Amino acid sequence: MQKLISWIDQRFPLIETWEYHMSKYYAPKNFNFWYYFGSLAIVVLVIQIVTGIFLTMHYKPDTHLAFASVEFIMRDVNFGWLIRYMHSVGASFFFITVYLHMFRGLMYGSYRGPRELLWIIGVVIFIALMAEAFMGYLLPWGDMSYWGAQVIISLFDAIPYIGHGLSTWIRGDFVVSDATLNRFFAFHVIAVPLVLVVLVFVHLVALHAVGSNNPDGIEIKKNKGPDGIPLDGVPFHPYYTIGKDLFGVVVFLMVYSAVVFWGPSLHGVFLEKDNFIPANILQTPPDIKPLWYFTPFYSILRATTSDLKPILGAFFGVVGAFSVFYSRGNVKRIVSVCVIVAVLILGLYGLPAKVWGVILMAAALLVLFFLPWLDKSPVKSIRYRGWIYKLALALFVISFVIMGYLGMKKPNATDLFWFQNKPWAQFFTLIYFSFFFFMPFYTRWDKTKPVPERVTK
Amino acid sequence: MNKILITIILVLLPAVSFAAEKSCGLIECDNVNIDLHDQASLQRGARLFVNYCLSCHSASYMRYNRMGKDLGISDNLIKKYMGFIPNKLGKFNAGQLMKSNMTPDVAKAAFNTVPPDLSDVARSRGADWIYTYMRSFYRDNTPSGWNNVVFPHVAMPDVLYAMQGTQSATFKTAPDGAKEFDHFEMIKPGTMTPKEYNSNIRDLTNFLVYMGEPAKLVRYRLGIYVMLFLAVLLLFSWLLKKDYWKDIH
Repeated sequence: MQKLISWIDQRFPLIETWEYHMSKYYAPKNFNFWYYFGSLAIVVLVIQIVTGIFLTMHYKPDTHLAFASVEFIMRDVNFGWLIRYMHSVGASFFFITVYLHMFRGLMYGSYRGPRELLWIIGVVIFIALMAEAFMGYLLPWGDMSYWGAQVIISLFDAIPYIGHGLSTWIRGDFVVSDATLNRFFAFHVIAVPLVLVVLVFVHLVALHAVGSNNPDGIEIKKNKGPDGIPLDGVPFHPYYTIGKDLFGVVVFLMVYSAVVFWGPSLHGVFLEKDNFIPANILQTPPDIKPLWYFTPFYSILRATTSDLKPILGAFFGVVGAFSVFYSRGNVKRIVSVCVIVAVLILGLYGLPAKVWGVILMAAALLVLFFLPWLDKSPVKSIRYRGWIYKLALALFVISFVIMGYLGMKKPNATDLFWFQNKPWAQFFTLIYFSFFFFMPFYTRWDKTKPVPERVTK
Repeated sequence: MNKILITIILVLLPAVSFAAEKSCGLIECDNVNIDLHDQASLQRGARLFVNYCLSCHSASYMRYNRMGKDLGISDNLIKKYMGFIPNKLGKFNAGQLMKSNMTPDVAKAAFNTVPPDLSDVARSRGADWIYTYMRSFYRDNTPSGWNNVVFPHVAMPDVLYAMQGTQSATFKTAPDGAKEFDHFEMIKPGTMTPKEYNSNIRDLTNFLVYMGEPAKLVRYRLGIYVMLFLAVLLLFSWLLKKDYWKDIH
């Protein structure tokens, strides 16, 4: 064994790689519950790839055969139902783990320097995952698959001048059709998974270069012992691999298996009722809605109607006023802020509300890229921040969850209290964006606590 | 072709607009308490399904012998009592899919639409909907002579009226002026009492729920074994965690 390893090591940096990424990668010793979700996301990625390979063996990307081939998997393939449910439930669990992983980053300031690029790669992974899920949802060729794809692709129509051509180019046809199904299959099983795997690898390379953040937001590399090892670090392997993450994986698998075996459609939240009807070009489902992981963004899209325009205008104005106030007389900055606000307000009256819906939905994702530079707080972790950031983060999470709920409901029904769903969605859309756009100001006002030298328990 | 499309849309439109109001068309769904472990009920449901439903509807993702295996019906019994519909070779094979005898052309001529495939109907509609729907047909003056308060203007006639009897529906005017369903009246009793008929439809619903997902019969039990296995793993991974972290403070 030793001989074999040295034979390999002369030809490939085996020991070096193992030590760099595992046995001599020092991770902070104070990781808590929230630090399980990174490794869990990798576990789900593996589950999705393995079950996906087996599904591909029986699935047929053809509008005449797709629905029947999924039913064939569910009924006639040995344990096909299990593989399919693992994959469909896995998709939802992928988003659960990724959302919790991102929330962890928001709480402990993991996006702050020197981890800006790590965060940006993560956001790209998140967007790639959304593309992967969206295209995968078309494949069963159920009625909701069909109409969901139809509605989301038609959003590109809203882009002025090139929109119509662009959406036709994406579909490969004037409506969602066999051409669309085939290309989505290609993207879902080859292109996007490859991108995802590479991005996850790059995400880990970036993580291991800068080192992990921790619940205290302290750089453990600043306190090294005489041997050059961080005093607050423990080797990733075995302390986190089989020491902690294995335990986390088993707990995760229990929750995941409970859903797979006892409620794989989760009352229509993980598998929608209308998707058990084959795609029918003549029969639109009563409510077209995406699966739960897209509904917060879908809510933003639907909330943007012409009555939101004046409020949006006021919102831009207030953000602009704050920016001018905090520019400390920097003329260049004041002029650029005024120009940007003027262009936005002109755009509000020049472009239809539908276009603004698409812009806001895209902005809700793209704003994540700027997070490292929006946060002006001297501390990273929520543990040492004041009440303003805590309140802002709480409101942000509440708005995200409630918009997720409202996105599954009809806009003109009343599922909360006092108002219909649409005004609520509009209100929470503003809260969502306020979290980001006012961040440079409220993080400055916030009173922070002194950060200790060493990590705490 | 266009005529058929328009007819389908007109048939479906009221269903779509009404679906938003009440859980079962014009009325609230009745609750059916099905039991997938009741094999006798599943078998009675299968008999009813093959004898009546399969004349017009298909269950084209389901095989006869898969059903037989799950419900304890042998291939011979299937051939003897359920093998009415020959395959393309003119024979009946217990491994064939449960396809209807009625071709799409004939169906369109008869109903102006092709009856939907019922393999997954319990998953798209739900058990309560099916149970309520099958008990809510009534006589009226539409071309087919039948209507249904759960699915107004549905093309399907009451196939089981001989069992249930013939009902008429009484409507009342709601305070806002809309027509609202009030109650059914039995015009001519069938061969079954209402209680027997309800139990009959419960069997059918039970079978349709089974057919929507045959794996349902095994997945709950398999889940228990998986959980037990994971529980053992949980114990050992927890012990490992405790052991590794005992020196780290």
